[in-house]
This record gives sequence, C-alpha cells and structure tokens, in this order.
Amino acid sequence: MTEIITSDLDERFRAAAAAEGLLDVAYDVFDDTAIGPVLVGVTDRGVCRISYDPDPERELEQLARLYGPRVLRSSKPVDRLHRELDEYLRGKRRTFDVGPDLRAQTDYYRRVLAELARVGYGETTTYGTLAARTGNPRAARAIGTVMNRNPVPIVLPCHRVVGANGSLTGYAGGLDRKEALLRLEAEHAARLQL
Amino acid sequence: MGVAVPPFETFYETHKAEVFRFLRGRVGAERAEDAFQETFLRALRAYHRLEHGEHLRAWALTIAHRIVLDDVRRARPQGEMPELVTEDGRPAFEELAPLTDELPPKERAAVVLRYGYDLSYEEIGDALGSTESAARQAASAGVRRLRKEKKQ
Repeated sequence: MTEIITSDLDERFRAAAAAEGLLDVAYDVFDDTAIGPVLVGVTDRGVCRISYDPDPERELEQLARLYGPRVLRSSKPVDRLHRELDEYLRGKRRTFDVGPDLRAQTDYYRRVLAELARVGYGETTTYGTLAARTGNPRAARAIGTVMNRNPVPIVLPCHRVVGANGSLTGYAGGLDRKEALLRLEAEHAARLQL
Repeated sequence: MGVAVPPFETFYETHKAEVFRFLRGRVGAERAEDAFQETFLRALRAYHRLEHGEHLRAWALTIAHRIVLDDVRRARPQGEMPELVTEDGRPAFEELAPLTDELPPKERAAVVLRYGYDLSYEEIGDALGSTESAARQAASAGVRRLRKEKKQ
C-alpha cells in the first residue's frame, strides 16, 4: 500500500495530540517484549490497561467506552511505562512508579486490586487468602474472576496469586506467561537476597 | 440511538489519507502538512462532544475545508473563496448542497452541518474554529438568506 502520509507527519500529529492534553487514553503496542506483544493504555492518572491481546480493535472500543472516545496511539505518553516494563522483564525492577488508573472499576474490584498490590515481588499468595483479606474468606471464586479481569496485569501482580495447592490455576494472558513471570521473579528475588 | 462514536484512532486511520489528499489539492504539498495536523487537532478538540458516529467523513472534510479557508484568507486577504467540499453518497449533504451554493462559506458550512448533519451549535463552533454563538448566528443568517432568495 502506498502511504501518502509520511510516518513523520503521522507521528508529529500523534505527539501534538498528546502534548496538547487532548487524549482520554494514549496507547501503544510493544511488540518487542520478552513475553510477546503487549498493548498498554495510559490516562493522565496512570496506566488503565495492559493487554496481551494482539488484536487491538476490541481493546480500543472498550477503552473508548470506559474512558472516552479520544483514544489514540501515541508513544510519548507511554514511554515511561515502556521503560519500566522493559526493566521489570529484565529483572532490573521490582515495583512500578507508574500507578494504575482504576476509576472505571467497581468498588469491590478496587478493594481487591488494592489488596493484590500489596503482594510483593517474588512472593505468591492464594485466591483464598486474598478473599479473606477483602472481607469474605469464601469468595475465592470471585477473587479468581477479578484476577482474570485485572485491567493492568504485571503492574498489579495477579500472576502472584495461585491455587491453595500451589497450582498456577489460570491467567488471562495464558499459563505460560504466568509461569514465566513467576520464574523471573523467583530468580531475581533470590539473587537480590544473596 | 445513532451509530456509536468510534475510538479516535479508528476515525483518524479511516480518514487521514483522504483528508491529506484533499488538503494537498487545495493548499499544495508544502502547506498540506500543517493543515493536516491542524485539521485533526481541531477534530480531536471537539471529538468527545459528538453525539453519534455518523457522517464523520463529511465532518472531517468540513473541518479540513475550514482550515483551507483560514489558510487562503491569511495568504490572500481579498482573494476568492475556494469551492466547498462536495460529498458523494451522502444524501443529507447532497440535498442541501445545491440549495446552499450561493451562501457565504461560513454560513453555508453552518447551515449544512446543522441541518444536514444535525451537529449541535457547540460542535459546529468547534469544527469551524469559532464559538457556539457565532455558529448559531451563521446558521440563522444563512437560513434567513435562503428564505429571502427563495422569495425572489
């Protein structure tokens, strides 16, 4: 396909749109991460979406519905998160400075996700434990649903939540990714303790 | 319920090539780049106030047209105004277009956007780079002028 618009012009518009503060959500797709392509969306309040879905169309519509229609791919606003993710995936970072934007979540989700945020690097917890900490020890299944719908995996570490018997149980990004993230953390957590 | 407003990314990707071609045809390759950026920035400033996702192509071209007018005005203060965009396959615009041919450009754009595309005055003001009340005045002046012309 012949492009009549140069990529330079295209990028200049995308940068100007972000610089003028006109975007509800700026997003980008990082194709080059160790765990495959990752779509990230940020608002002026923080990161609102991290997705392993390689087809962004559905993601964009959902972002537009939740945060407003001014959703545009723009690399500058997501630069910092890109760098932090990259550092994390190389074992050079344990926590994220970019915070989550959870305004589109229900109170219950926010409460569970806040509790999830306290599970530290290299540790794991169980669905039942999270259920107990958020007020209902019998709600392990509901916790599983929240983890499955976690809008910002990795930044909010739902990969650190496993079954009571230690099995990985499930992960929206696939069990391979969950295992890879846990292995990465175990390796680097141990190294830091030496 | 109209068609939902798509994410801006989709709107931009769908219309950017046509808008750029339009602008290049009107102001030349050199000035088309700035005009392109200004067109989509202006669209973005008004985008969250759109009530439905219909006629977005016409809307984008109308904004681009307005940028061309501004550009021409700056370059040739006494110059002639270029033709307004004509739309194919858009009944509302097509029906209105011949009726409004004789209107001054600003009144014509306001009338077409208001009555052809059902945009609010606030949206029209944004699209034309002016204010809600200016858009309202331009549309009503246009309608008055059309009535007068019809009587003659």
